[in-house]
Amino acid sequence: MALKCQQCDKTATYHITELTGGKPQELHLCEDHARHYLTAAEDEPEAPSSLAGALAEQLSVSQTAEELARLDQLSCPVCGITFYDFHSKGRLGCPHDYVCFAEELEPLIVNIHGDTQHVGKVPKHSAEGSERQTKLIQLRREIKEAVSEENYERAGKLKDEIHRHEKGEAS
Amino acid sequence: MELNDLAPLCGEWLRGSGPESDIVISSRIRLARNLAEFPFISRASPQEREQIESLLHEQIIEIKQDSEELMYLNVDDLEGLDRQFLVERQLISREHADSEGARGVAIDSGEQMSLMINEEDHLRIQVMHSGLDLENVWQQINHIDDLIEQRVTFAYSKDLGYLTACPTNVGTGLRVSVMLHLPALVITRQLDKVFRSLQKISLAVRGLYGEGSQAMGDFYQISNQITLGRSEEELVAQVGDVVPKLIDYERHARDFLLKESHENLHDRVSRAFGILSTARTISSEETMMLLSSVRMGVNLGMIDDLQIPVLNQLFIHTQPAHLQKLSGHVLDTADRNIERAKYLRRHLLGGKDGEAEQN
Ligand SMILES: [Zn+2]
Ligand SMILES: [Zn+2]
Repeated sequence: MALKCQQCDKTATYHITELTGGKPQELHLCEDHARHYLTAAEDEPEAPSSLAGALAEQLSVSQTAEELARLDQLSCPVCGITFYDFHSKGRLGCPHDYVCFAEELEPLIVNIHGDTQHVGKVPKHSAEGSERQTKLIQLRREIKEAVSEENYERAGKLKDEIHRHEKGEAS
Repeated sequence: MELNDLAPLCGEWLRGSGPESDIVISSRIRLARNLAEFPFISRASPQEREQIESLLHEQIIEIKQDSEELMYLNVDDLEGLDRQFLVERQLISREHADSEGARGVAIDSGEQMSLMINEEDHLRIQVMHSGLDLENVWQQINHIDDLIEQRVTFAYSKDLGYLTACPTNVGTGLRVSVMLHLPALVITRQLDKVFRSLQKISLAVRGLYGEGSQAMGDFYQISNQITLGRSEEELVAQVGDVVPKLIDYERHARDFLLKESHENLHDRVSRAFGILSTARTISSEETMMLLSSVRMGVNLGMIDDLQIPVLNQLFIHTQPAHLQKLSGHVLDTADRNIERAKYLRRHLLGGKDGEAEQN
């Protein structure tokens, strides 16, 4: 009896036992999908599935439906990502998300790492100007929006402001 | 140095030397970093990706390894075959090969380091050594990170450390991976027991099996899951501390097999060698499985005249993209299986069979 690949109609010739996480999980894949799975996942043994799992778990136990709807609508003022985008794709939009979604992310971070405080390397030339950098991310997004709305007056002002920030002058 | 110059080589991680290299294939560390003044990749516009790429490209190309220039490849411009080649070589991730937009990779000629731009994070620094060599890998990658950090500002917070696109990497952004060859633990069915104990200390294990849960390649990778709340040195030590135990288990299992079923083991090794050196068409799955047995046989002195580095080279050169680059033709699966068998015969029979055929 030949098993079919879980991702297409070909015969599954690779049977992978995923030992990460709770109990071993069996995967049956054809050569192409197995290669894809193994090479993609190699660098991130835990990332997609366990993150999604941790997120789902955390959200389902701690939130009511209304709360979930409210959560999903939260958005970052800097990059514009909504919590829903993060929730569905598993990737954040900018460094500021760790600030503006801090409350929502904390249980997830505890779930993954069992900790909330970095104790490792500190950059020697530290990011004291991180507010300036965050502002730049926001201004660049706003100028893009201004241009797409053909609001060239606003775009011009934003351009000057970006220029000032890039040169390191506080506004 | 150009990409095509790499094809006939076999890369650092399969060099087959370094401490414990009969069992430990490679030691690898990667760091995830992002520039503070750009959104993460998922929210970056195509123009912003280009800006990130050119900014980082300009800065990292200055990071010389032993005063030698790095080779920089614009991944978006590469042919699919070349991208797959780099994936097989473990110099870029599958995600990096398959994604779109401005992105690149810088590689040193020894293939110990690779710097990926615009992967999941703006910058992924990877250093890999053959054998068990985590301390030196950490020293080297820490130094590279210092050099780059003098030139750019990374997204960092006092509380959460290095900020990454995925919260699973936040903090140190560090992933330590050791790849092990554990055929005797597979044969003696002791792997599950060993790995269950690893999960209790939050290390991830990845295994690859072939048909009918017959071990395929018998290669396993151990890595840390946690990146926040512990220092880089602690995380490196956490993985580094369990590896000698695994090596010990594997050596015991090999001793046991040598004592208790020497003929069976020798038979398995000899048959594997027999098929590899005579087959006319062979899949990469079967090749991996048989090479695994032969590799153990060489390490146990059951096969003479075959060196581990040669064997390691066969593991990599029989991968689909490598086969095609080495033969100079694009080949479908059936033709690859024929080409693979030809390549194996040529190298395992020391040219006796292969040379004549090559012409
Ligand atoms: Zn498939
Ligand atoms: Zn944001």
